[in-house]
Amino acid sequence: MALLEVRDVVVRFGGVTAVAGVSFDVEERQICGLIGPNGAGKTTLFNVISGIYKPTEGQVRFAGQMATGLPRHRMAPMGLGRTFQNLALFRSMTVRENVLAGAHADGHAGFLANALRLPSARREEAAAAEHARSLLALLDLEAVADIPVAALPFGTQKRVEMARALISRPKLLLLDEPAGGLNHGEVDGLAQLLRDIERNFELSILLVEHHMNLVMRVSDKVVALDFGKKIADGSPAEVRSDPEVIRAYLGAEAAPHAA
Amino acid sequence: MSASENVAIPGTIPQAMPARRGMPAWQVALVVLGGLVVAIAPAFILESFPLFQLTMAVIMGLAVLGLNMVTGFNGQISLGHGAFFALGAYATAILMSHLDWSFWATLPFSAAVCGVVGYGIGFPALRLGGLYLALTTFSLAVAVPQILKHKSIEDWTGGVQGLFLVKPDAPAWMPGALTPDQWMYFVAVGVAGVCFLLCWNLIRGRIGRALMATRDHQTAAEAMGMDTATLKTRAFAVSAMVTGIAGSLSAVAVEFVAPDSFSLMVSITLFVGMVVGGVASILGSLFGGLFVLFVPNIAEAISKAAPGVIYGILLIAFLFILPDGFAGLLRRIAGRLRRRG
Repeated sequence: MALLEVRDVVVRFGGVTAVAGVSFDVEERQICGLIGPNGAGKTTLFNVISGIYKPTEGQVRFAGQMATGLPRHRMAPMGLGRTFQNLALFRSMTVRENVLAGAHADGHAGFLANALRLPSARREEAAAAEHARSLLALLDLEAVADIPVAALPFGTQKRVEMARALISRPKLLLLDEPAGGLNHGEVDGLAQLLRDIERNFELSILLVEHHMNLVMRVSDKVVALDFGKKIADGSPAEVRSDPEVIRAYLGAEAAPHAA
Repeated sequence: MSASENVAIPGTIPQAMPARRGMPAWQVALVVLGGLVVAIAPAFILESFPLFQLTMAVIMGLAVLGLNMVTGFNGQISLGHGAFFALGAYATAILMSHLDWSFWATLPFSAAVCGVVGYGIGFPALRLGGLYLALTTFSLAVAVPQILKHKSIEDWTGGVQGLFLVKPDAPAWMPGALTPDQWMYFVAVGVAGVCFLLCWNLIRGRIGRALMATRDHQTAAEAMGMDTATLKTRAFAVSAMVTGIAGSLSAVAVEFVAPDSFSLMVSITLFVGMVVGGVASILGSLFGGLFVLFVPNIAEAISKAAPGVIYGILLIAFLFILPDGFAGLLRRIAGRLRRRG
């Protein structure tokens, strides 16, 4: 059984069909890239998987459990972590507090336990703080740990998002255009980071990305979408030489030459 | 996204940070001791009336703290917290004057009533949000004085006349002979102190982070597994509870409740106190309480004819000099000390 099973997902907005029956799997400890030209339905599908949209038809199962229809805040406790395309950090909070906020799903202490600082709440807090420290070290964020995130450069903020998603030990990490806005050198660093994360955290990654080079370098498997349909699914090499994919990216005439 | 190249941040800040952790024990003790002296001394220095005013300032500070819990930390704008202040005051006044409860016995009851009502208001608040919520809570504040005057509950509330009650006496075991004013001051400081401590604990832990995260970015908060609806309704309940307790204290401190003491102005005053003290600041709330109680008096001393004008000018001047309220000033001073030390 695959970790993530996407089955016949259809999403319609009024008369527009954004996703027209897509199925694919992400196995455990696999890095899966989701690619496609602009408007192919990548982000819509991503939002279905992360629970933001409810699909018109079809379903998403995660670790054998039905994920479709669950409230959004139930996704993280199941083991689904994510980052956002245009940064969605808690701007007034420091880097450390942002990362600790990511540990929310791990904790249990409620209003009363926190207000009274019960031993259980204190233990939980100490464990989260320790875990946050190790992640800040891993992502080289120690020097900026107690600075409000809003004051930091874009690339650093992206690392904060990554740390915030990782602290809850997700089984699947959903990354929405992690390379967006990064320069050439930073993309190289990101590729290395993704491989390190997969190895150290023993998780799977689903990557929605425009940056073809990055996807082909890090993915174990690539799923290509066009006009809301899946046009290819396989290893990076297979997908890269798939005539449908070449046609979608380069246009019909280019296909024979490019292949 | 490689490791080091993006860590360029303005000069001095990073080195300054580590000093915050691990303040030596003697320093903590010194701060606590200093705080106690500052809290206790006024009772023996001030005359009866200024001490009463200071008592009311502490109570207002507590009410502002309540507002800060939901508006400052959780981002749900309430322009109607005077309603909870009134509810707490009336809960205590009714129980004391009709049922002869002691003041202390009324406190948990008053807190519970305000908490439940606040929780109830929290549900429509989920759907409204932003400016619409501000208006809805505003209408609550408009309605409350009229409801309190209503004939059907006049037997309990005393109608327009209101209710009279008596300050709690200092218990016999207290050393020395405390006047009722002195004892009232200690009661207010004690109750407020406990509430401030509990709120401080709440805010710096898991729930506090979740409240602020929900305020800063709700979608991201949900992706972190935060049940934002539950957090928001509970934040409203906690907030109403704290402001209600302040109302209870004010009822006994003034020894009188009447509908006209709880006009719309109370809600606006609390809002001013929150902004002046510092939005989303625990300690700032106390300064907000001092400001809204004493600055109108200063304004009146400057001009008897138009104290409102002077108050307005003082308020604008204050916000111009300290745009982040007292809390911002405190943070700046703390930052400077740390850099020097």
